[in-house]
Amino acid sequence: MKYLREAVIIMGITFAAEIVKFFVPLPVPASIYGLILLFILLKSGVLKLEQIENVGGLLLELMPLLLVPASVSFLTVLDTIQGMLLPVLIMGLIGTTVVMGITGRVSQWLIRRKDR
Amino acid sequence: MTALREVFSACSFFGLLMAAGSYQLAREVNRRVGREILNPLLFATLFCGGILVLTGTEYAVFYENGGKVLEFFLTPATICLAIPLYKQFELLKKNAAAVLAGCAAGVAAHIAGCVLMLFLFRMEAAEYISLLPKSITTAIGKGLSEELGGYPAITMACIMLTGLFGAVAASPLLRIFGVTDSVSQGLAIGTSSHAAGTSRAVQLGEIQGAASSLAIVVTGLLTVIAAPVFAALVQ
Repeated sequence: MKYLREAVIIMGITFAAEIVKFFVPLPVPASIYGLILLFILLKSGVLKLEQIENVGGLLLELMPLLLVPASVSFLTVLDTIQGMLLPVLIMGLIGTTVVMGITGRVSQWLIRRKDR
Repeated sequence: MTALREVFSACSFFGLLMAAGSYQLAREVNRRVGREILNPLLFATLFCGGILVLTGTEYAVFYENGGKVLEFFLTPATICLAIPLYKQFELLKKNAAAVLAGCAAGVAAHIAGCVLMLFLFRMEAAEYISLLPKSITTAIGKGLSEELGGYPAITMACIMLTGLFGAVAASPLLRIFGVTDSVSQGLAIGTSSHAAGTSRAVQLGEIQGAASSLAIVVTGLLTVIAAPVFAALVQ
């Protein structure tokens, strides 16, 4: 029954995050509130890693699969953005590549300089 | 085809099996070959999209019969990113300056790209604003776009493409850029392609997953602060 216990704890945190989202009028998703909440619970020792590790690990492992519906829906919204298709493609492909490269190189340069 | 469509809409496991089955199929192929030749997320997306187009089935049928079950677990899964973050927090704290500078440089590069697009395509104000929140997680990005006067549909499309591309192309891109440090790899993925990219970072390693999760939060904050300033540029 340890899996059910872990699942219930994670459900509880998700529900708490949804309640925070309901009361705070900011465009922040419940998942971000929940991420911060779970981190605080772990860091403060209220919750032990062992109490959520198995189900939590499973959810993390499955995460790319959980994104499949959203990715498929991208194919369906393509015709609603017609006029903006080229800029969206450029920003989505080239822009993402550039940002990844710059963030990676800048942080790596700083980390290696400090370690030396 | 009509008969097939009717069967699909009557079977509640249609979407779930198609998504999970094609995803697992890609993993099986990779396992047999011994290295990753098919990206499971990309393969499953093209497979499901392909079936829908070929049979003329609407996306809503796929979503109702399984798609939404998968999406349902996305919130708790994203919350669980706190686990690697917690485990690797000391390492990230030690590199706090690199975390902040890396995310800030990424956000600056992204905004510079948007301004470049504004002039290159002679965009109207709302179109340019729609591009500003593209590197952050969907709910924040959509809300920000609405608030600043952009088109949420364009922002959503851009965010989804960004996430999908980041998740699929992260490994080869990081190799090309020569980013080998685990923390930097995670920061690069999280800053450029939010939670979708992070799902990939988690698979690269615990440190990458932790750094990428932190980058989602830091980049989200920086973008929420910077986007209104650069939106004012065109108002």
